[in-house]
Amino acid sequence: MTATANRPKNGPSDRPENSPTNGPTDLPASDPTGLPASGPTDRPTSDPTGRRPASRLRAENLTLSYDQRTVATGLGVDIPDHSFTVIIGPNACGKSTLLTALARMLKPRTGQVYLDGAAISSYRSREVARRLGLLPQSSTAPGGITVGDLVARGRYPHQGMLKQWSADDEAAVVEAMRQTGVLELADRPVDDLSGGQRQRVWLSMVLAQQTSILLLDEPTTFLDIAHQVEVLDLCAELHARKGHTIVAVLHDLNQACRYATHLIVMRPGGVIAAEGDPSTVMTAELVEDVFGLPCRIIDDPETGTPLMVPAAPKRYAPTTEPAELTPTSV
Amino acid sequence: MTAVREAKASGPPPPPRVVSGRVVRTPSGTVSLLVRGRTVAVTAGILAALLVVAGVTLTTGDFDLSVGEVLQALTGNGSGIADFVVNTLRMPRLVTALCVGAALAVSGAILQSVTGNPLGSPDIIGFTNGSAVGALVVIVVLHGSMTQIALGALVGGLATALAVHLLMLGRGIQGFRLVVVGIGVSALLLAVNSYLITRATFQEALEAQAWLIGSLGNRLWTHATAIGIAVAVLLPLAFFLSRRLSMVEMGDTTAMALGVDVARTRTLLLVISVALAAFATAVTGPIWFIALAAPQVARKLTRSAGPALLPSALMGAVMLALSDLAVQRLFAPALLPVGTATGCVGGLYLIWLLVTESRKSRA
Repeated sequence: MTATANRPKNGPSDRPENSPTNGPTDLPASDPTGLPASGPTDRPTSDPTGRRPASRLRAENLTLSYDQRTVATGLGVDIPDHSFTVIIGPNACGKSTLLTALARMLKPRTGQVYLDGAAISSYRSREVARRLGLLPQSSTAPGGITVGDLVARGRYPHQGMLKQWSADDEAAVVEAMRQTGVLELADRPVDDLSGGQRQRVWLSMVLAQQTSILLLDEPTTFLDIAHQVEVLDLCAELHARKGHTIVAVLHDLNQACRYATHLIVMRPGGVIAAEGDPSTVMTAELVEDVFGLPCRIIDDPETGTPLMVPAAPKRYAPTTEPAELTPTSV
Repeated sequence: MTAVREAKASGPPPPPRVVSGRVVRTPSGTVSLLVRGRTVAVTAGILAALLVVAGVTLTTGDFDLSVGEVLQALTGNGSGIADFVVNTLRMPRLVTALCVGAALAVSGAILQSVTGNPLGSPDIIGFTNGSAVGALVVIVVLHGSMTQIALGALVGGLATALAVHLLMLGRGIQGFRLVVVGIGVSALLLAVNSYLITRATFQEALEAQAWLIGSLGNRLWTHATAIGIAVAVLLPLAFFLSRRLSMVEMGDTTAMALGVDVARTRTLLLVISVALAAFATAVTGPIWFIALAAPQVARKLTRSAGPALLPSALMGAVMLALSDLAVQRLFAPALLPVGTATGCVGGLYLIWLLVTESRKSRA
């Protein structure tokens, strides 16, 4: 089953709607226009009648733009609750933009993001921060701040003028630092840390926020491979043990397939090319279509998840014997 | 060191200390405060220095008084001459110095924090020169009174801030750009000032020149009250917003993700900062470098990771009062304006700052 084809017209395709009580038959009418034929597609759905309750975090018909440049139009996504959702796509396809819109960092020109059933713009800033955490691509640590003090700033949405450091704050920060293994570094200045340690500190700041939805914008950038795996393992553990909903933008397709329970593939122009379970979504056709990269998909020997192997420079080689795939120029 | 740890099994022992500072909590947990010992100690130290400077200022001079006499005069029981010297000559000048110093320091602390640049201070990015243009227009063109000059300075400072804001419009307030645009505007305004002085008569030029070197001489209770009210209103507002300000320092996205309304916080704080600088300049004329240096010194002393507004305010107050004391006593017969002292010390500081900053070469 190719992900780009056959969009079920009347299926419970999780197209967001205003009212969760709407039956699936209303779908075509409420479908936002302007979605190309390759819009959100087959979720591995089973039950065409029993529509599950609307997800906590979803977006409808978003038009996203910076100043004059429009990144996406008519974009709708639905983040399944308790999923580890990974968004992949080529550079500048709007995946980080989508993430910032989901976190209310970017105000959509049209459309709306819904959090727990209400428009996210109707919440107070602090209330959003108590429900949803975001790890941005880059943050600035104030000069000279210690690791513990920085992680403690994640408690800001829970604090007030007279409630600066409650027992809950302390417990949350200790727990977050323990999870990411930075507890021993509490007294160290952040400036002294390595890139990998720093990323774990930022991650524990977001964890200290104690939100059950976590949005991570390229959490593995600037990390070496061991630290990348470490961070992703940590996310997977949070997802598995605590039932957190995690949405991450990743660059590495194989990591995405290994960790995601729900994969969203975006193509340039902010269009969702496919979404669903990685094992069904990830096809060689899709990768070539979206990334322009000929490849083969094999099973990951460790996990059985799809593993993308780029084709050797000889065009369209994968149909032949592996012997012909000997390295040539690269 | 493994990243993924077993979080269970380690319940009983008390949680390790993670944040710096002492925790003060009521048993019910409704109030919990985090007190940083170093900040408290530094604040107390500056406060003590401030008391000493104030004491020396009030007791010494052409007419020496004992501490007891000063206290008597302050409580309204002094002899005629002591009462006059303390309450009419020395106190208004001291109070003006303290308030203007505090106002400038907090103005600078906010701007430095918002721009993320130690050069972001009202005197560097043109607000002070804007005030000067306003004052000079009143002196040279309108021939106004002292009060009108102060009003002119206020209007000039606010108008400059507005102009800088319009130049930045639509691009967001990015620290480095604000500093660069501000320096450009500042240079432009300096040219306007020079032009205004060439158009002035000899008498006006003298008056303008006197105003342009900030001075605390002949400051009366009207001055002290004016800046006192501005400080009493604006400083608490700034202190109230300082927690948010320290969050904004981590970058817009991070601060927003933690629930800070970044745009509103920043606008409010910029307005407070500009108003503080404009009021201060209106009362004394441009006094350079207090806004630039005091917040940095306070921050270094407290080793605070945030803007440290209260220590900055006290530091600014003590720096200006000390500078004024120095020019009054060290160059006794000559009436040297305080602006010359802050200018000298501040110039050295600026050189040091530029050298160390360019060495760090922050992007």
